[in-house]
Amino acid sequence: MRLLNLKPDKTWRFVLAALPFAAILVAYMFGSAIRLAENPDDKLLPNFGAMGEAIRHYALQADPRSGIYHLWNDTLSSLSLLLTALAISTLIALVFGIMIGLLPIAGATFGPVVAVASMVPPLALLPILFIIMGLGDAAKIALIVIGTTLKLTRDMALRVQDLPREQLIKAQTLGASTWQVGLRVVLPQMLPRLIDAVRLEIGPAWLFLIAAEAIAADSGLGYRIFLVRRYLAMDVIIPYVIWITLLAFLMDLALRLLQRRAFPWFAGARTA
Amino acid sequence: MTAIVFDKVWKEYGDHVVLERIDLTIAPRAFVALVGPSGCGKTTFLRMLLGEETPTRGRILVDGKPLKAEPNADRGVVFQRYSVFPHLTVLANVMVGREFEEAPILGKLFGLRRREAETEALKLLDAVGLKGHEKKYPAELSGGMQQRLALAQALNRKPKILLLDEPFGALDPGIRADIHVLIRRIWNENNLTVVMVTHDLSEAFRLGTRVIAFERPRNRPEELERYGATLDDVSLADAMSKAGASITRDFEVWPKKIATPLPNGHGAQLELEVGSTDGNKPVG
Repeated sequence: MRLLNLKPDKTWRFVLAALPFAAILVAYMFGSAIRLAENPDDKLLPNFGAMGEAIRHYALQADPRSGIYHLWNDTLSSLSLLLTALAISTLIALVFGIMIGLLPIAGATFGPVVAVASMVPPLALLPILFIIMGLGDAAKIALIVIGTTLKLTRDMALRVQDLPREQLIKAQTLGASTWQVGLRVVLPQMLPRLIDAVRLEIGPAWLFLIAAEAIAADSGLGYRIFLVRRYLAMDVIIPYVIWITLLAFLMDLALRLLQRRAFPWFAGARTA
Repeated sequence: MTAIVFDKVWKEYGDHVVLERIDLTIAPRAFVALVGPSGCGKTTFLRMLLGEETPTRGRILVDGKPLKAEPNADRGVVFQRYSVFPHLTVLANVMVGREFEEAPILGKLFGLRRREAETEALKLLDAVGLKGHEKKYPAELSGGMQQRLALAQALNRKPKILLLDEPFGALDPGIRADIHVLIRRIWNENNLTVVMVTHDLSEAFRLGTRVIAFERPRNRPEELERYGATLDDVSLADAMSKAGASITRDFEVWPKKIATPLPNGHGAQLELEVGSTDGNKPVG
């Protein structure tokens, strides 16, 4: 049988998916064991025991001075910034994207400026944001919003324009006004597509958050990583990175489930 | 009564003439079938009638008044594809027209008015043979059922003109026969003037009261003389692109088909027979 016709069944799929993860784990364990055998004080590749100990310390023991559980405090701080920012950019993208995509006048007005502005590297704006908005949360939220909104908006506008022209004509022959077309034809069809777009922006959003936290913050997952870097505390950094990855993965999964639950028609419409 | 008049209508895109000097009067309650090879401007013609495109020259009159320059509820339409809204259930697809009419801000009806709109939509769905499918989404329907739904949706606003853009082109022959029966019944029982674009000649003659053929004038004797030996010459293609299509044939279908006069003058009535799916019997 040809290779391209070999399809793994459910069990095999699971095994195959687990394989690369297992390989990474094993490779790390070997590397760590070799280094620790040479030098028991090696900090670069701590073993899982050391990482577990460090994370237990961060997650389950309050800081003796401030009484704060660092891992949870950092997570809360980062997630609230990230989710606030994503909510803001999603809302802006939805409104402007639909306007630009649906109304030729809005497209002519805002299309070019959005296209140009989305070429500005957001991180280059970070100093400006810190200068204008101070070192607090506002600047970090603004960075994430700037970094994600423009792409989301362009994506939305393109997807509105992808709607078959027949649908818009049909709605008009049913007597719909511009507002009604936007509200009942375009908006509900954009929501599941918006979820897809936001899923793709979760990664960049984390990037901007961690970058901003690295430069100026007093809590947050990115802040912690860059703080303990000074002590070469890989036993903290690695679990933190895994934790961030897991959070991002869960956000992605939640959005995917939301899409499937809230828009049952979408899977069928997408393949049609 | 809805008579449609094309008064010396031209449609050009820059140098490219698509339609040339269309002079045409469509009688009220006619069922006009437009045929012609692809790219002959049938669809452009329909789009002009829809208000999606405006003529470059000439006028289109409906009931003596110039046609509105954008689509509205006077003219219903069914396209070959994408005619229904994929995010709405079958019932909501039919109801949405009434909701557009009665709820300008929210675009949605509630309470008693919603139930009234639902009852009306259910009656229509029954009439087009979609009873029992109300809660499904269009993607769960077959192609033929989707077109039935598109018809019900268009009829819900009681348009005076129904435009069909190759509506049955993508359907299997058997299903097509069923839906032909339905469309004839709809035409016969409502105050409707139907204009249908099709590339299927037999469909055109079976359904239409009048068949109109569009063609580019590639067989004009003077052209043949001039370019006859250079069929693949660029200049010929060039010259052809400059000549627009026009009406080359116009048949009144014989024997004459006439829609049944409507009982009370011409108020649009929608009382189709129940259970219209078993439509393989020949009609007319």
